[in-house]
Amino acid sequence: MSLRIIVLAKQVPDTRNVGKDAMKEDGTINRAALPAIFNPEDLNALEQALRLKDTHPGSTVTLLTMGPGRAAEIIREGLYRGADGGYLLTDRAFAGADTLATSYALATAVRKIGAYDVIIGGRQAIDGDTAQVGPQVAEKLGLAQITYAEEILNVDEAQKKITVKRHIDGGVETVEGPLPIVITVNGSAAPCRPRNAKLVQKYKRALGQQERPAEVPYAELYEKRPYLNIQEWSVKDVDGDTAQCGLSGSPTKVKAIQNIVFQAKESKTLTGSDADVENLIVELLANHTIG
Amino acid sequence: MSNYYTDVPELKYHLNNPMMERICELKERGYRDKEEFDYAPQDYPDAMDSYDKVLEITGEITADVIAANAEGVDEEGPHCANGRVEYASGTKENLDTMVKAGLNGMTMPRRFGGLNFPITPYTMCAEIVAAADAGFGNIWSLQDCIETLYEFGNEDQHSRFIPRICAGETMSMDLTEPDAGSDLQSVMLKATYDEENNCWRLNGVKRFITNGDADLHLVLARSEEGTHDGRGLSMFIYDKRDGGVNVRRIENKLGIHGSPTCELVYKNAKAELCGERKLGLIKYVMALMNGARLGIAAQSVGLSQAAYNEALAYAKERKQFGKAIIEFPAVYDMLASIKAKLDAGRALLYQTARYVDIYKALDDIARERKLTPEERKEQKMYAKLADSFTPLAKGMNSEYANQNAYDCIQVHGGSGFMMEYACQRIYRDARITSIYEGTTQLQTVAAIRYVTNGAYASTLHEYELIPCSPEMEGLMERVKEMTRKFEACTNAVKAAQNQELQDFVARRLMEMAAVNVMSHLLIQDATRAPELFAKSAHVYVNYAEAEVEKHFNFIRKFEADELADYRK
Repeated sequence: MSLRIIVLAKQVPDTRNVGKDAMKEDGTINRAALPAIFNPEDLNALEQALRLKDTHPGSTVTLLTMGPGRAAEIIREGLYRGADGGYLLTDRAFAGADTLATSYALATAVRKIGAYDVIIGGRQAIDGDTAQVGPQVAEKLGLAQITYAEEILNVDEAQKKITVKRHIDGGVETVEGPLPIVITVNGSAAPCRPRNAKLVQKYKRALGQQERPAEVPYAELYEKRPYLNIQEWSVKDVDGDTAQCGLSGSPTKVKAIQNIVFQAKESKTLTGSDADVENLIVELLANHTIG
Repeated sequence: MSNYYTDVPELKYHLNNPMMERICELKERGYRDKEEFDYAPQDYPDAMDSYDKVLEITGEITADVIAANAEGVDEEGPHCANGRVEYASGTKENLDTMVKAGLNGMTMPRRFGGLNFPITPYTMCAEIVAAADAGFGNIWSLQDCIETLYEFGNEDQHSRFIPRICAGETMSMDLTEPDAGSDLQSVMLKATYDEENNCWRLNGVKRFITNGDADLHLVLARSEEGTHDGRGLSMFIYDKRDGGVNVRRIENKLGIHGSPTCELVYKNAKAELCGERKLGLIKYVMALMNGARLGIAAQSVGLSQAAYNEALAYAKERKQFGKAIIEFPAVYDMLASIKAKLDAGRALLYQTARYVDIYKALDDIARERKLTPEERKEQKMYAKLADSFTPLAKGMNSEYANQNAYDCIQVHGGSGFMMEYACQRIYRDARITSIYEGTTQLQTVAAIRYVTNGAYASTLHEYELIPCSPEMEGLMERVKEMTRKFEACTNAVKAAQNQELQDFVARRLMEMAAVNVMSHLLIQDATRAPELFAKSAHVYVNYAEAEVEKHFNFIRKFEADELADYRK
């Protein structure tokens, strides 16, 4: 038996190398100043999926992402590394989604895909840092979940069981779960393999409908090679309920955004004496910096 | 650096050279693979786009993995145990990443699992990798030995061995022996035919073998009993899976620590003949070495780029006397000199690679069908250019890598002498480039015939006819005068009819030819892309003119009887 694996992945602004112009005056993210990248922990998840494919020949890896038309890049990046295909959930009705609406949309799309054994994604995205979407997808699909995964150790296809090493405070633990299952992967897992030269040449012209210009070069290829057409799904395509999608499906309301600048307001000089060290400890305990 | 390809715009400039259209057309046989292979290009722009994308992958891996591992690999190095080589842990990760990225067997036809890339973009990858870790560059770029197996092996050998190299197995070329270094005619490793098992057996010792525990070896051995020169040598393929070759020790070297240099013991090792008997040295090893020399030229350019990056960053950051040291003429002179030699050497490297590409692609077509008279003429012309340019590219770039690494440390001052800075590794790694795959002195031996037969002079005169921008006209006139002096020296040496004198001044003549060629190439580059090359063109011609003048004065004033002063 081979495995049907769905990878949940998100295109995010690269918040790791933030410059001075990362935020706009109004406190929102200046997306133009931050390149859009494959969410780092989703790449760790993709690697785990591809390793399953390597060890279980005949398995398929399908990417699922939600975003604007340009998020088709996430599907291409997956194809360049060995994924078999992908779906881009894209619709104005999906926009402005919080974690609840996002997990609703993803779960609905997963049902539309139909058959699956493992649904795997990163622990969290670097723009929101909530770590809620994976667990919520599991809940909505009524599946078991393993979070903070570092490595998939084994899949027993006959017993329909998966063994996973997961990251816990101060160490790791090995847990077993039933298939199908949702797994979220920690950044301490193996890094993703590089893009492959042949796959890049094969898939470099793959485009979503929204990205495709009217006069697309090599137009005839898109008929001869269906894999060059990245599948886009709207709310209707996945039989979704518009009320539960996007802004209207999001109970989270942003009250205000503050631009926080970390800076030292005052400095204090300490000697290495026992008395000074003791005073510092007392002070830090008192203001709950430690303890 | 975040990407070793896109951060160096000069690379993309060289990739986009107009000659690439002809190279792609030949290499892709009119793009006939496009129906059969989903990753084959549709046409010329598509092919170029693919090269660009694959170079970008290489640049990214080089920055994220190879460069990050370089210091650890240099410290840890490989180990030898039980006759086998264990790579440094960083080397293993580098190799694994390159294999997963599909960057092996790059130039091999698609039917064997290769990418069917021309030599030029492949050489760019080799340069990029070497800029981060020259030692790892050896292990990875020894894949180009497969070119020789492809050229001279039979169909059966192709189908058995080439797919393995494309899948990431490594290679070595086993030539040197304790008593056969530069003089490969003295190779003694014995090959005897085993009638009973219908195979060849190899017995003896090889020394200084780079990546000597590779999966597949090309071995130069004496198959003709009783012979003592190059005509008794044949080339063999040894497959590690068959066993019989052990690594006795690995050398403790000044540099390129990541690259294991092995002493190999052959004990009745099973091997098969590659090509015909007796042509091992005179035909196959010559082809092998020409490929390897281009590889060392690329490695040298990579090292020069690394030296430039380190020197530039330090000179901008380091402040003395109240300002960054880059503002002092004595320092920016060194930096400009590194950059000019880097740009000039790289121009020579890729011009050579393009010449090799055209003649090799035509050679390959000739294995399928008869070449037209025009194609035969083209093949002959580019083969000759490639042969004459290869020793210049290897000889000059390896010397420049050393000079640039030296200047890089000099820019760093005392800090450069400390082991904490990357420049010391670049300096140590660069040192071998002017020695292995033929010393600079042997490159001179290969080049001097093209000095005396007028080949370089005629190429230089052809270059004089290529139109340049008005800004470059002044430089062009100076280079024409430099070429006149080169020819005057050549004629004077030839007229003397003294072989020892000619051998003695050969290096100077070769350098005169080389700096003139590189001056022309930079003028052409600065005409097409002044924003990238105009400064280097000026700086380099200033340097080259002084070099020509120096050699001109030396040769003009030198009398044959002065040789006695130099002899021991």
